[in-house]
This record gives sequence, C-alpha cells and structure tokens, in this order.
Amino acid sequence: MEKAKNIYTDEKLLKSLLADKDVTIEEDALEHEMVINMGPQHPATHGVLRLVLRLDGETVVKVVPELGYLHRGYEKMAENMSYYEYIPHTDRLDYTATMCNNVAYVLAVEKLAGIEAPKRAQYIRMIIAELSRIAAHMVAIGTYAMDVGAVTMVMWTFKEREKIQNVFDRIAGARFTTSYTRIGGVASDMDDEAIAMTKKFLDELEPALVDMDKLLLGNRIFIDRLEGVGVLKKEDAINYGVTGPNLRATGVEYDVRRAKPYLFYNEIDFKIPTYTEGDALSRYFIRGDEVKESAKILRQCLEKMPGGEVMANDPKRVLPHKDEIYTKMEELIYDFMIVNFGINPPVGDVYFSAENPKGELGFYIVSNGSGQPWKLKIHSPSFCNLQVLPLICKGQMVSDVIAIIGSLDPVMGEADK
Amino acid sequence: MYEILNNIFGNQAVAWIIAAALPLFVFILPFALFAVWLERKVSAHMQDRLGPMRVGWHGVLQTIADILKLIQKEDIIPAEADKKLFNLAPILVFAGSYAAFAAIPFSSKYIGSNAEVGIFYIIAVSSFVVAGILMGGWASNNKYALLGAMRSAAQIVSYEIPSAIVILTMVMLTGTLSLDKFSQIQTAYFWNWFILGGPGDGLTKFLLIPFMIIGFTILYISTLAEVNRTPFDIPEAESELVAGYHTEYSGMKFAMFFLAEYGNMFAVSAVITLLFFGGYQSPFGYLGNSFNIPWLVPIEQVFWFTFKGIIFVFVQMWLRWTLPRLRVDQLMHVCWKFLIPYSFVNLIIVGIITLFR
Repeated sequence: MEKAKNIYTDEKLLKSLLADKDVTIEEDALEHEMVINMGPQHPATHGVLRLVLRLDGETVVKVVPELGYLHRGYEKMAENMSYYEYIPHTDRLDYTATMCNNVAYVLAVEKLAGIEAPKRAQYIRMIIAELSRIAAHMVAIGTYAMDVGAVTMVMWTFKEREKIQNVFDRIAGARFTTSYTRIGGVASDMDDEAIAMTKKFLDELEPALVDMDKLLLGNRIFIDRLEGVGVLKKEDAINYGVTGPNLRATGVEYDVRRAKPYLFYNEIDFKIPTYTEGDALSRYFIRGDEVKESAKILRQCLEKMPGGEVMANDPKRVLPHKDEIYTKMEELIYDFMIVNFGINPPVGDVYFSAENPKGELGFYIVSNGSGQPWKLKIHSPSFCNLQVLPLICKGQMVSDVIAIIGSLDPVMGEADK
Repeated sequence: MYEILNNIFGNQAVAWIIAAALPLFVFILPFALFAVWLERKVSAHMQDRLGPMRVGWHGVLQTIADILKLIQKEDIIPAEADKKLFNLAPILVFAGSYAAFAAIPFSSKYIGSNAEVGIFYIIAVSSFVVAGILMGGWASNNKYALLGAMRSAAQIVSYEIPSAIVILTMVMLTGTLSLDKFSQIQTAYFWNWFILGGPGDGLTKFLLIPFMIIGFTILYISTLAEVNRTPFDIPEAESELVAGYHTEYSGMKFAMFFLAEYGNMFAVSAVITLLFFGGYQSPFGYLGNSFNIPWLVPIEQVFWFTFKGIIFVFVQMWLRWTLPRLRVDQLMHVCWKFLIPYSFVNLIIVGIITLFR
C-alpha cells in the first residue's frame, strides 16, 4: 500500500480505493493486497476505460473506474455548430451503432422544431435503427465472448456485422460513419437492392445465430464462467439509472420503444425480452434475444414500408432537393440560409430519448431561437451503466471483472462524449 | 545416438555437441515454424479468414519472416527488472522444453538418449519450465507478469499430479520406464496400442479399454494445462493479464518463450503418443518390411511418430480456437476435484486388472 501511494498520486482516486474495507478474505488483509492498474491501454477494457483495482490475491476488494480518456467535448461543440452540422458528430458517440445515434438526435431536433418526416422516411429510420442494433449487439456478443476467451466468436459475429455494413454502404454511401439521417427525413431513399440485401441478410442471420449458440452455449465452460457472476439487483439497477439490456436482464421490463413509443414502434409487434437473474450470463442471453426481436421488427418494417418521399416538404427548415436547388431560385435561397444560418427552432427546451443498443440515449436540447443549440446535453447509456461496475465487481475475481465489463458492454466514445 | 556419433567422429566432445544440437535443428525449430504457421491457418479457417497468404505458398514462409523480424528487434530490459533472472528465464523455459526431446524416441534407430528412466526424466525436466516462468514473472517487476507467473506455477504444479498418476498407471501396466520399450511393446498393429487395451488378447485386454480411455483423457487434459493452452491458458490470458508472464519480454527472448511453447506442445503430444498410441509404431505394418527394404523402416517410424504427434497438436489448436478459458478457481476445481480422484481410482482399477493379466 505504501508503494501504491507513491505510484497513484491522484489523491481522490486513492482515497476512494482505500475507503472500502468491508470485503476482506484474510484476517490481516493489508498484508496480501495489491493495487493494479487496468487500462486505459488494456486488451479487454473496450477502448480507453481505466480501472484501478485493489486486489486480495485474485479477489477484487475495490474497483475505481476512471473515465474521460476519450472526452472530446461533444456537448460543448454542439453549441458552436448548427443542428445540421452536428449530425456527423453523433456517429462518434456510440460508434458501434451509428445509425441509432443519427436517428435519436434527428428525432430530438424534429421534436424541438416541430417537423414531421414523411412516413417512408420514418420506416427507413426504423429499419436502419434495428439493423444498427443488430450490428452493435454483434460487436457486444463477439467481444464479450472474446473477453471470456472464445476468440473465434468475434470473427463469426463480425461476419454478420459486415453484411449490415454493406447494407449501410448501399443506403448511406458509408459503412461506418454513416451520418445518414437529415432533419425532416433521410439523406437518400432505400432502393430495391438495399431492401433485397436486407432480406438476404435476415435469412442468413437465423442459421448464423444457431451456429453461434452451438459454439458458446453448448459449452459448459462458458456457462460456468458467467453464471452468477456480477449479479446486479433490480433496485440497484434502477437507482443507478442503468438502462437497456443491462436493466432488462435484472427483470425490469423497460424499453423506450414500448414505454415512450417513437417512430412507428407502436404499430409493430415485438416482445421485450427480460431475464430476472441479472448476472453476466443473462446479459449475454438478452442480447441474443434482442437480435432475434430486431430481426422480427425488420421483417415487419420491410413489409409495411410505404412508398413516397423521404424528405419532408418544409422549405424553410428542411433542406430542399439538390435538383431543385440548381433549377429554382427560392430553393437555392432556402438552401443557402439553412446551410449558413441553421434552422432556427423556436425558443424552448426538449428532451427526447430513444432506445439504443446500449440503453436509453437521450438528447436534451435548449434552444434560444438561433441556428445553434444554446445547450445540448447527452444522456449516454454507457456512462450510466458503467457506474454499477464498482458495485457488482466487489468480491469477484480478476477474470470476472473482465467478463463483467464485457457483459455491461460500454462504448467509451459514448461514455466520455 | 551418442554412441553412433562417437564411432563416426571418434571424438567425444564433437559427438556430444552434435547429439545435443541435432534434435534442435532437425526437429524442434522446423516443427515450431510449422506449428506456428499451422496454428494461424487453423485459427483462420475456423474463423472464416484466410490467415497468412503473402509470404510463400499460402504463407508457409510467414513464420520465418516473423522470426527474422524478432531477431532484429531491440532487446528491451525494463529498468526496474532483475536483469540476471530476466535474462535467464527464457533460456530456462526453452531448455526445459528442449531437454524433454532428449528422451523421446522418434524411431527405433533415433533416440537422443535411450535412458532406462525416460518417462521419469521427461516429467522431471519439464518442471524446469515452471521455474523459468516464475523467474520471468518475478524478474519483470510487473504486476501482470507476476500474476501470470503465480497462476502458471499453481496450475502446472497442480496438473502434474494427475498426469504423473496416469503415467504411473501405464508404468505399472508395462513394468518399464523406458519410452523405447513402451513403443516396442505396442508393436505390429493398432489393436496392440494401449488405448485399445495393449498387446495380447483375452478378457483383460477388453476390460482395460475403458480405463485406458479414461487415463488418456485425464492425461490429455492435464497436459493441456501443463503447456498453458486454452482452456487452461490463464497464465497468459490475453484479455485479462495482457500477456501474462512474458508481458515485458520482446524480441528474441519473447521468441524463445514462443518456441518453447510449441516445442512443449509437441513434447506432451509425443508422451501421449508413446503411452497410448503405439509410439513410433505404424498402425498397420511397414512398407520396408513387406518390400524387404530394412532402411525404410526407421524413416516410416519417424513419419508415423510425427504424424501422430501433429494430430494431437492439431487437436490442441482446435480446442484453443473453440473453447473459452476457465477461471482460476474453476481450474483448480477441475484438477483437485475431478482429475486427481478419477486418476487415482483409475490407477487402482488398472492395478487390479494387471494382477490378473
């Protein structure tokens, strides 16, 4: 501990590390303890999460997560750019599910400005959001299995994710940083080939999921490693503000798509999978179930998707068509005004949240009537989910800490903003 | 081997050096190069990738390129490290795995040392590896390396018990410690292998089969743990301990750990082959015997021995890319609560059967 004091000069961190003394295995605990620094450069901390662990042998006495290594000040940056300009930055929040972020942000702005996108655009948004959810869960499941040691799984899940990214490439013209949605619609229409690609992907997804289940769940080691590990209680989950799959794994049936329906989720038939155990294994199962539900939603969306425009016809606030800009005077002026001065939503504030793969992603926007938001606050699910880490890691082993981080599935781009 | 070389050169020192260096250059290094390439290919094809493709035909020369790179790399010794132990550790680990090859009979004609206590010697000398790993972990002055080394020591020491008990069972059954004799006993056809009850016929042969299979399974699992392969790769658990005991090593010293791992993989596979799968014996007679070409027989034997060994190495790789990794307590649980009691019971039952042979 003396040596630890020299190394970890950060007083606040050290204080909180030493504060907790109620988990001890040995009589004279301090004789056996070690302070170890995990991350920000560590193969299993999903980006740049830093954990300082106080260990008694292999048992974790205390964990102090330190965040902020990927802080880029996105909330402050929003205050200096127009609502349109901010769309690409939402890609960089949860970079495993870019489309979900695009949709959530755009819906928040539309709610503030009172714009409604055409029905086809809304359906396309649902499709891309669900595709993106599958893509994100594929990363989550794959890296989770990799953390536990099953390295092959990550390649299998990335194979499926690859197909989704090809669909995105077709729809949005970019595989990863899509920036596809626009205020009042989406950037381009989803053509027949994209629809065919999505359908093909869905047909191939089911056998792939069966294969993945065979690889992992037919395996005693995987079950033994995760069962009863990192149990999160229902009350704790609610108190800490945990959302998304991590919350539903504890038995709370809260899904923003059902609780506060947006887009056309109220017209779609889907189940909200819940588990009651709240352990690392149930957090694995729930992601698998959500992928299946998303596939179900996607099939319904593709069936119900109406034809028509994909951008609202609202000249002063929604970007006009490019061919109209080049041929008509009025549209050229509107385009110039929107691009240079923004859409000027009315004075007021709005909070909108959408169900993201990681949990409830909320945007709180305060407008003072100008083209730029006066304040934009992001409620990022990864940040909230990470708060329970010290709680559920206590008394577990070092290997379990890795499994628990994997099961919580934080994305640091979102947690640090 | 040494005697033959001594006759050829007429000089003891030269004969010693050549006898010692031969397995290294003839077998261990080429095998390690091949095994690393095989591992990458196996993992790649299991994961829907291609693996190395650029250097040579399907990337066969990739490992040579890697070794060349590793040789050229800067040899970094951490400032806080215990220099002597830090430098000694990879040599000790490599020596441990290398020395085991001395007693392995590749064929009836090629044995480094035809010691009467071959199997005993292998058990003893492969324990060097633990000392080396512990040394490396301690000398690195790195917490992850220390954790990895501690885990490794606990693991290897524990898993030596069931494997030693299974080997004891086999020694009891055959009444010899010499690995060459093990092979000679299981001669002729594959139904004389110990996995199928050993030579001879009658009731005892068939009674032995299930217990031989149990013994083989226990030995295979515990040797997996001894060479730190998945699902027992917790000493170097990549996602937990970065690289475990060799976190601080770079360049050629890292390569020595790496070569030792692959050398060890073959050494334990060889022990399994010798004990249960007929050693260097062919499963169905020799071409050399049928066509009356005596010099072909040892070559065939080398082929069969390497072939069987590589099959077990392949299974080790297969398991590595399929299974997740156990936790430390579960690892000990498997060893002390399952493998050791079962191997004891196996020892007793096989002992009783041996009485009536």
